[in-house]
Amino acid sequence: MATVDNTTPLSEAGRVIETHWREMTSRRRLYTWGGLAVVLLALSGSLWFANETNAGKFFDRLPYFFDFFIDLAPRDALEPFRALFDLPSPYDDGSFKYNYPEGRVVLTSWLYVPEYFYKMLETLNIALLSTLIGFTFGFLLCFLAAKNLNSNRWLRGTVRRIMEFLRAFPEIVIAGFFVAILSIGPIPAIIAVSIHTVGALGKMFFEVVENADMKAEEGLRAVGASWVERVGYAIVPQVMPNFMSYFLLRLEINVRASTIIGAVGGGGIGEALRLSISRGHEAKTIAIIFLLFTTIVAVDQFSAWLRRRLVGDQAFDFGR
Amino acid sequence: MTSLEATDLSAVSKRHPDVFRSRPWKRYGPLMLILAVIGYSFYCWWFFSIGDALRKANTDIAGAYLADWISWEARPVIDIESDGAMTITFPRFSPLGSDPRPDWLEADREMRTRTITRDAPAVETKALNDKISNSFMVPDAKGTKPENGGATSFMAPGAPTGGNAAGETATVTETVREEVVSRAVVTFDSADRVEILPDQATVTRGDETLVIRLGPGENVSVDGPLPEWAEQKYEGRKVIARFGFAGRAEIDHDGVKVYKRFLGWENFVFDTNSAFWGKSFGEVMSMIVSGERVNPARSNLGQAWYDILYNAEWQHLDVWTKLLQTIIMAFVGTLFATVVAFPLAFIAARNITPNRLVNQLAKRFFDFQRSVDMLIWALFFTRAFGPGPLAGILAIFFTDTGTLGKLYSEALENIDDKQREGVRSVGAAPLLVQRFGVMPQVLPVFLSQSLYFWESNTRSATIIGAVGAGGIGLKLWEAMRTNQDWENVAYMVILILGVVYAFDGISNFLRSRLIGESAR
Repeated sequence: MATVDNTTPLSEAGRVIETHWREMTSRRRLYTWGGLAVVLLALSGSLWFANETNAGKFFDRLPYFFDFFIDLAPRDALEPFRALFDLPSPYDDGSFKYNYPEGRVVLTSWLYVPEYFYKMLETLNIALLSTLIGFTFGFLLCFLAAKNLNSNRWLRGTVRRIMEFLRAFPEIVIAGFFVAILSIGPIPAIIAVSIHTVGALGKMFFEVVENADMKAEEGLRAVGASWVERVGYAIVPQVMPNFMSYFLLRLEINVRASTIIGAVGGGGIGEALRLSISRGHEAKTIAIIFLLFTTIVAVDQFSAWLRRRLVGDQAFDFGR
Repeated sequence: MTSLEATDLSAVSKRHPDVFRSRPWKRYGPLMLILAVIGYSFYCWWFFSIGDALRKANTDIAGAYLADWISWEARPVIDIESDGAMTITFPRFSPLGSDPRPDWLEADREMRTRTITRDAPAVETKALNDKISNSFMVPDAKGTKPENGGATSFMAPGAPTGGNAAGETATVTETVREEVVSRAVVTFDSADRVEILPDQATVTRGDETLVIRLGPGENVSVDGPLPEWAEQKYEGRKVIARFGFAGRAEIDHDGVKVYKRFLGWENFVFDTNSAFWGKSFGEVMSMIVSGERVNPARSNLGQAWYDILYNAEWQHLDVWTKLLQTIIMAFVGTLFATVVAFPLAFIAARNITPNRLVNQLAKRFFDFQRSVDMLIWALFFTRAFGPGPLAGILAIFFTDTGTLGKLYSEALENIDDKQREGVRSVGAAPLLVQRFGVMPQVLPVFLSQSLYFWESNTRSATIIGAVGAGGIGLKLWEAMRTNQDWENVAYMVILILGVVYAFDGISNFLRSRLIGESAR
């Protein structure tokens, strides 16, 4: 870099500026290092605490970690394939480990849906249905929460608080509560994911509505349109592409969420994965992970493509 | 502004008909979409057999479970023996402590000489109908099946027959003199009460009174018609009187089961085993300050603190430890993800690293990390490290390395190139170009995104905890599975909501400081 000439004496004003600048940089540096020190301290404390309260200690377990990956190797390369398509295994000894054909969902005498494909379909349906429910209610609520459409402060505040609450309330508790009432199955998962989605989409929607161009609304107001007409003809056409984009984004997230909820009692592929990992069925585990991975990639790609068509290259990945 | 007459407008639309003709997709698209959604909903109704599930739903339980969130029940049983003597028993581990005499349960007691016949050395094998003190189940490593609750261990296996050689039904007749209850009155509300005599129960609710005759034999009969708050499913069998939120009483010929509900959380501070239990705040304070030592090993203050932390029903220490684990899982996981994603993002960004192959490799790596779900990582690491926060930390770390890396590299690809050129033009080394030409532009965005994920991971950490990855999620899930501890669930939910709201606020504050109000 170009060298600075230090020898030329500064004027009075120059010196004042220089001292101020020096002070400022040194304070800044202090803040930076201080902040880093706090973070490092918190980090080491956290790591110590996490290791202490864990069932297995990190360094004790680390060698076995790779054992686990070796355990995951199937008996031959075709086993995961057989597990995925419910084909009979040559190792079948009547145990759960190799009973692939028993999971078939039989449609006719010769046509069946493999078990994991069916469960994946179930998970996808949970995600899609709950995103649709969330979209519907989020759509209905968001106009009440937007500052430019609802001048009643109390109503607006209430709707926003409700959305916040729905968003922050742990999904797992909703799922658990409905498991207690409806017994284990996909419906608790649908309710839990839907409720969360109402809050999450509602928040994103009203932010979009607040950024909408109000000229069209003014025009309709000038000709005496009612509130519903103004929202329906002036706001909705503007915000709909963004709403659809957020809907798709939420769908991506909900596919993951319904897998997780499934693992804790909501059925679907998540439960199958949890069971096969905990029972050590390596071929089944690999088959499920492969299926889940491809599905998630496919859903992500499809939704990214559709979103690009809807709203152009706006990056919406941020925010879930 | 040029304005058009109506005639002009129609002329224009005639000259350019294809501009004004709406295409069928535009016209019918939304309608088709809505129809498709409705059709799909019907499909889902069938696919998940929702109607069937709703029909089987146990809606009575729902109300009771919801009430359990904010209230608790005392469940005394008033037994009526065949000779007219009554006894009041509370279940083991009753929240009222052992042998309580609450003021809502008045009893006339008297000494009476009774001849009783009982099975020889009777071992009480009555199943515990109240919760067991360690009602949170023991988490087992693989999270598959809950351990059987402690109830069975109270059963005496193979009760001895007490030297009765004949092998007949062993009965012993003895005469004892003991205190029995001759009349009991349970007050539910100021106007609602149940008065129990050996042969008759009188239920008063508001200004209505229901007299229930107990006996002769096993017959239970009601004078007059049943009011709508009382129910007798079978003629001559038990009558259930309901008092709304205040509880209910099940009146049978051999006894009355009372379920009286109180608002609030019982024994939240001290459990019934504690020496400080049932004392007012002032009493506890005076015990701490000047009382005699309850436990010679500790000062009273230490003992009180110990009793609070190890409260058997609320398990404060355990709950708070697990909550801290959840917070730590989110914090450390996001921090590690940030630290790892940061340099990788520079490699993945097209404009910073000009090598296409390396770009693609890094990007595909991010996609892989992201697409292997957090659940899969969590299950993997739980298998590897055992249940606990380490698995959660690693799951969040692995998933978010992918997500943050992707976001970071996108931010890097959108930077303004002029600053880099400026720094490069004065001859800075490549590292310095990044430091002074790129970092100032992207650092606030990076930090803001990391903060956002920190906040959002606090929520995710709760859920992946339930599959065994540590933290409060597992505890929550176990408390829910017993269907007994909804008040504990409520306690934990409040704590989680507090944490989520607090972090939401902190993260929003820091983000608005970093990149201005627009970040929100």
